[in-house]
Amino acid sequence: MSANDTLATLVQPDRVHRAVYSDPALFELEMERIFGRAWLILGHESQVPRPGDYFTTRMGREPVIVTRTEKGEVGVLVNRCSHRGAMVCAEGRGSTERFVCPYHGWSYDGSGELKAVPFSTGYEKDKLKELGLRRVPRVALYRGFIFASLAARGPGLEEFLGAARASFDDLVDRAPGGELEVAGGVFKHVYHGNWKLMLENHLDGAHPAWVHASSVAVARGAPDPGAPGSEHYFDIAVRQMRQNGAPDSVWEAIGMWTTPHGHGYMGDYHSDDRLVVGMGNAVFEQYRRMLEAEKGKKEADRILRVTLWNTIVYPNCSFMSQFRQLRIVHPLAVDRSVVNTYSLRMKQAPAQMFHDTVAFANVVNGTGSWVLTDDLEVYERVQRGLSSGAVEWVYLGRGHGRDVDEAPGLRRGATGTSEIYIRAQMRAWLDYMTAPA
Amino acid sequence: MTPEEFLYREARLLDGGDLEGWLELFAENATYWVPLERGQTDPRETSSLIYDDRTLLELRVKQARHPRAHARLPLARTVHQVGNVVSREEKDLTVVNSTLTLIEWRNEKQRVWGALVEHRLRRSGESWKIAAKRIDLVNSEAELDGIAILF
Repeated sequence: MSANDTLATLVQPDRVHRAVYSDPALFELEMERIFGRAWLILGHESQVPRPGDYFTTRMGREPVIVTRTEKGEVGVLVNRCSHRGAMVCAEGRGSTERFVCPYHGWSYDGSGELKAVPFSTGYEKDKLKELGLRRVPRVALYRGFIFASLAARGPGLEEFLGAARASFDDLVDRAPGGELEVAGGVFKHVYHGNWKLMLENHLDGAHPAWVHASSVAVARGAPDPGAPGSEHYFDIAVRQMRQNGAPDSVWEAIGMWTTPHGHGYMGDYHSDDRLVVGMGNAVFEQYRRMLEAEKGKKEADRILRVTLWNTIVYPNCSFMSQFRQLRIVHPLAVDRSVVNTYSLRMKQAPAQMFHDTVAFANVVNGTGSWVLTDDLEVYERVQRGLSSGAVEWVYLGRGHGRDVDEAPGLRRGATGTSEIYIRAQMRAWLDYMTAPA
Repeated sequence: MTPEEFLYREARLLDGGDLEGWLELFAENATYWVPLERGQTDPRETSSLIYDDRTLLELRVKQARHPRAHARLPLARTVHQVGNVVSREEKDLTVVNSTLTLIEWRNEKQRVWGALVEHRLRRSGESWKIAAKRIDLVNSEAELDGIAILF
């Protein structure tokens, strides 16, 4: 069998081999063929508003710097000096005209060009021209979100996103003036499990009743969300926890869509009156009026009636357009991953709406959350189970054989709890892993 | 009871797993805050590892007792080591600054935490009530495994 035939045996229509989650050699291949090829989300342009601004992040395991160049473009550079390989930029964010390597003082501008080298007479002059920081070959923005690909060739960003663009549109359309910014700090939580476990879990409508049984039960006994004018700090989180305890019929009825590149999203799960600050709430009304004044009543109504929920952009992004949460998963090892959780602020919206986003992030998605930590515990138990060789297969059969092609590039699960989203992710996994270089 | 003795008592309750007894130490409108960022001044505009009012803190304790609280069954075993206690009076409150060294063990994983802690205490008979507790972890901005303990 060829190497690709071997890979193909690992992913079958309703099951996948445990090696996909636990084999270190396959993980190395994933870094090359998935994280080295796919469009990866890196952040949002508000993180680099002015020329000279930068932040560091990772593409797979590659350390990179996202910059705003002097020409005003977003660039992505590999954070590695061309001379001896040191990271030229300490981790973090800031603003600078030059990235100066701490080892021998080679300095680069925000587009990666090598601008100065000490002891330069020791080098052939033409040679130095070639020694800029390596530029990540493809960088593109979709509605303000920054994506990059380490591969020089591949589908364009819009083609890659396909129908998942609707979730970014929802996020941005909801912001008055279209103005969003990353704000409020970033949670960075680690789990001892494979990177795929998070992407699978975020579309799993069958898990909350079990994984989150404790927070659902406690939220049911919590004070009811306050009447307008007497809301609690935690109302938004209690609403979400209670929604996690929705009856099976609700989970079965929600929409679950997938795209050819492994993306997926849930819809019709939440509506604003059940979660954000509640219809009739004075702050929400003020916000609604802003949207109506800007876009007209009909369009504002349309925007607020979009009820998309978790969206996965394979292989590294999960976000919630209504709560304005962006999560980026970085694989560290086959059994270790870190997730960066960002909040987005609608710059023109009432301040209370961002306070609710922060409260939601703290109580539901944060490193110390009693919702999130139960997810992490389960990821780790899955990883330990899959490290056992006694049983080979992971079963992904829920709804198998009943997926429906709803439109070109859009496939829908027969019910909201169909495991179509994992099957789509595994299909994309196999496509990336077996595609010719 | 001196502030030191009160802090030792609090640590003992946590290390003995008496979360309900620990909760009783907090005043009705208390806050319990583990900031995300160094020098963080605001819990509304910036996220926190934990920011609980008294109601949320009570819910947090209730959740830990639920039979399917997966990350807390069993609860981590801890040792809270309180040190460098310094107190000052501020209006009607006694402000107590201390350091915390905490050893946590669960699921074959041992972790060590360090923090600067501030208690704002109000007299309550012979003892005290916590009006506000702030825990600044030395590594709050790090990549951290999930937190399922109380500092």
